[in-house]
Amino acid sequence: MRGHYRIEIATAISRYVALAGAALVAVLVFLPLFGSRALMQELIFVFYMLALAQLWNLLAGYAGLVSVGQQAFVGLGGYLLFAFTVLVGFDALVAIVLAGLIAGAFAFPTALVVFRLRGAYFAIGTWVVAEVFRLVLAQVKELGGGTGTSLPVAVTNGVAGMEWIKTFFDVRTAVARDMLIYWLALALAIGTILGVYYVLRSRRGLALAAIRDSELAAESVGVDSYRAKLWVYAVTAAMTGMIGALIYLQKARISPDAAFSVLDWTAYVIFVVVIGGIGTIEGPIVGIVIFWLLQSYLADFGSWYLILLGALAIGIMLFAPRGIWGFFADRYKIVLFPLQRRLIDAGGEKKSGT
Amino acid sequence: MLALLDTVIQGVLLGGLYALFALGLSLIFGIMRLVNLAHGDLIVLAAFVIFALAKALGLNSFGALVLAAPVLFGFGYALQHFVLNRTLGRDILPPLLVTFGLSIIIQNGLLEAFSADTKRLSAGALETASVSLLPGLAVGVMPLLTLASAVGVIFALNYLFYRTPIGRAFRATSDDPEIAQLMGIDNRRIFALAMAVAMVVTAIAALYLGTRANFDPSIGPARLLYAFEAVIIGGLGSFWGTLAGGIIIGVAQTVGAHINAEWQILAGHLAFLAVLVLRPRGLFPRAVD
Amino acid sequence: MVLLETTDLVAFYRDFQALFGIDTRLNEGETVAIIGANGAGKSTYLKAVAGLLPSEPGSVYFGGKPIGALGAAEIMRLGIALVPEGRRLFPSLTVEENLLIGAHGRAVPGPWSIEAIYALFPVLKQRRHQSSTTLSGGEQQMAAIGRALMSNPRLLLCDEISLGLAPIVIRDIYQVLPRIKAGGTSMILVEQDIVQAMKVADRVYCFQEGRVSLSGSPSALTREQIHAAYFGT
Repeated sequence: MRGHYRIEIATAISRYVALAGAALVAVLVFLPLFGSRALMQELIFVFYMLALAQLWNLLAGYAGLVSVGQQAFVGLGGYLLFAFTVLVGFDALVAIVLAGLIAGAFAFPTALVVFRLRGAYFAIGTWVVAEVFRLVLAQVKELGGGTGTSLPVAVTNGVAGMEWIKTFFDVRTAVARDMLIYWLALALAIGTILGVYYVLRSRRGLALAAIRDSELAAESVGVDSYRAKLWVYAVTAAMTGMIGALIYLQKARISPDAAFSVLDWTAYVIFVVVIGGIGTIEGPIVGIVIFWLLQSYLADFGSWYLILLGALAIGIMLFAPRGIWGFFADRYKIVLFPLQRRLIDAGGEKKSGT
Repeated sequence: MLALLDTVIQGVLLGGLYALFALGLSLIFGIMRLVNLAHGDLIVLAAFVIFALAKALGLNSFGALVLAAPVLFGFGYALQHFVLNRTLGRDILPPLLVTFGLSIIIQNGLLEAFSADTKRLSAGALETASVSLLPGLAVGVMPLLTLASAVGVIFALNYLFYRTPIGRAFRATSDDPEIAQLMGIDNRRIFALAMAVAMVVTAIAALYLGTRANFDPSIGPARLLYAFEAVIIGGLGSFWGTLAGGIIIGVAQTVGAHINAEWQILAGHLAFLAVLVLRPRGLFPRAVD
Repeated sequence: MVLLETTDLVAFYRDFQALFGIDTRLNEGETVAIIGANGAGKSTYLKAVAGLLPSEPGSVYFGGKPIGALGAAEIMRLGIALVPEGRRLFPSLTVEENLLIGAHGRAVPGPWSIEAIYALFPVLKQRRHQSSTTLSGGEQQMAAIGRALMSNPRLLLCDEISLGLAPIVIRDIYQVLPRIKAGGTSMILVEQDIVQAMKVADRVYCFQEGRVSLSGSPSALTREQIHAAYFGT
């Protein structure tokens, strides 16, 4: 019987990948039990950078909003963590959630200004906004002003769940804290990847892809591009704020220049996405692995390391603009996180296409 | 009252410096819609080139500028020809990301070559010379020269753009690169030439930056923001608009500093955001975007 | 003498093929009209000849030279000038500047100087210092033709110069074409307005869905033939 259709997205390979992914996640979850503390701390960095990269990719690669000002929300999240724990006395986990919500709220007035700009103007506008956040927070003496401040021991040792970890795994306070933050970071990284994936699979994701390709055409088929972009911007800001809060819980010390650093929270993040492959979910995953390797072996070279990163980014953009993952995926037609929709005739003749 | 007038005048003079930062950017953005995130770092690079030439050849800063200008002209041409021309096209990401990478490279390259120590360009006796505008109101000669240079550069650029064949070609390419080709205009050469001219303007800006205050490899990005703010406030396609934009930022900064010294830079950014909200296309937009 | 010859010319817009092997020939001094429905590939043909679209090196010969692989700026310098669809004057330039820039890449002696253009189109002289955006449609078309003539081209390509203009204006513009022809310029006119085009043309090609469906001299072709070739019945 003709006339019944459904939309299918999963492919055969993606099902195997999902299995392999689940296995990898299991290994990562249990890693604190057998891995070294140094490895845990490195992976915390990898997880939150990966999360930031996925979010930037969602914003720039899918929604077409190229922001060089996401450090605004990282820093804001960090400062909100400090504010809620030090000034108000909340537990750090509660503070992280609140930081995310409030950072998301700040996205709205920010968008009011920056959405009036397009393209490169928009990029610079987001950077200016981040600078404004930095300069304003540097005036808040209660949070350390221009030089910053540290988290008191009471806060860092009193995070909910740490006591339980300490007794259950029989570890020192400091290690328990690392383990807690590790699992939070892992959860955030996985949550972000899955979240981004499901957004893109949804109708909203299809709308975003349409907007990215041609805003005019998208609007002509009824897509409210302003609202769609605003939604992505706000959700990304909220998640970025949460990640910022977590980052600064781990670092336990904050200052305006560090929290709003363009290099740490935008340049490196963009590097990860671009090297891996912009506009794909696999890209940032490949990118973070490469970045981690580069960072581990070459970071000691200081300026030369940064020059190398800059040159790599330029080289990739000129010669392999779809990144390393994009290059191989195009040649061998691999997709691990399938997003293309196929129309399947569900009644009678079932034609599936893989 | 006099204090306020003095603040505003200082702001206008500061605006001259910001206009010089911005004019190179305005030129580039106007002609090829290229957002050069490394622009601020190029100003700093030019300052270091002037510094190195002055030191190596025992020249004063102005003499070093005269020598540096053709060097930087060639550098700009080469940069556009070999790197930036490849990024131009419909997508805004490649130029943004490549110039971002360039910014990192320049900052760290300068760091390696010159260390993080601050440097200064000397202007000899001019540095401390001042002129009395009114009784009780004196302005420095260098800031005046800076503003005068900005005005001079604008006259020169307008002459270039509106009274020469190459200027016609610049404007045509900016309007419609595809049809410009039909006139026998080689876009790639035009872009390279534009970048080369912009680097000369940048060199002039660098002279005044370096004589006014200490500089080091890391101060590029802040200058980029001021330059962009001035261009956006002024509106695309108008060099006088860029001057107006620079002056608005400058005055906002000095007035902000007058209220509270820590608020200087913030005041500038807030003024920019305010203009953005009220007039997203700038105050004097001319070109069709 | 053959001035322009295309052999098996194909053209693509990304993955979409617009021309499927076009063979045409133009002799020096001739005026050729290309007619056809919307989307038949007429403008694409002109863009390919002018170098705005890439072609195989051997598909287009101009004055005995293969020009298929050359860029638009180079081709212009060899003596081919395109009056593009929609006029596309430069909004930042005045009328006079638009004319002057026509000779930017190729300043060779010939019948067409700025004074000659003003003689051809007096209204342009009146408006010479105005911004080109203040001109009416017909005046813009005149300016676009004048701009192309400034390079004293050997071959003038006109892409739908009657588009969007009132009949009386179209007539005024077409009256000028014989003077251009008398100056020694060969012309290819792409038109949807068949009547005007066929009056001036020595030969006509009809395109249909990217292929040449008919060719011949206007006097020799019947209305039925043209109708069939135009619509593809």
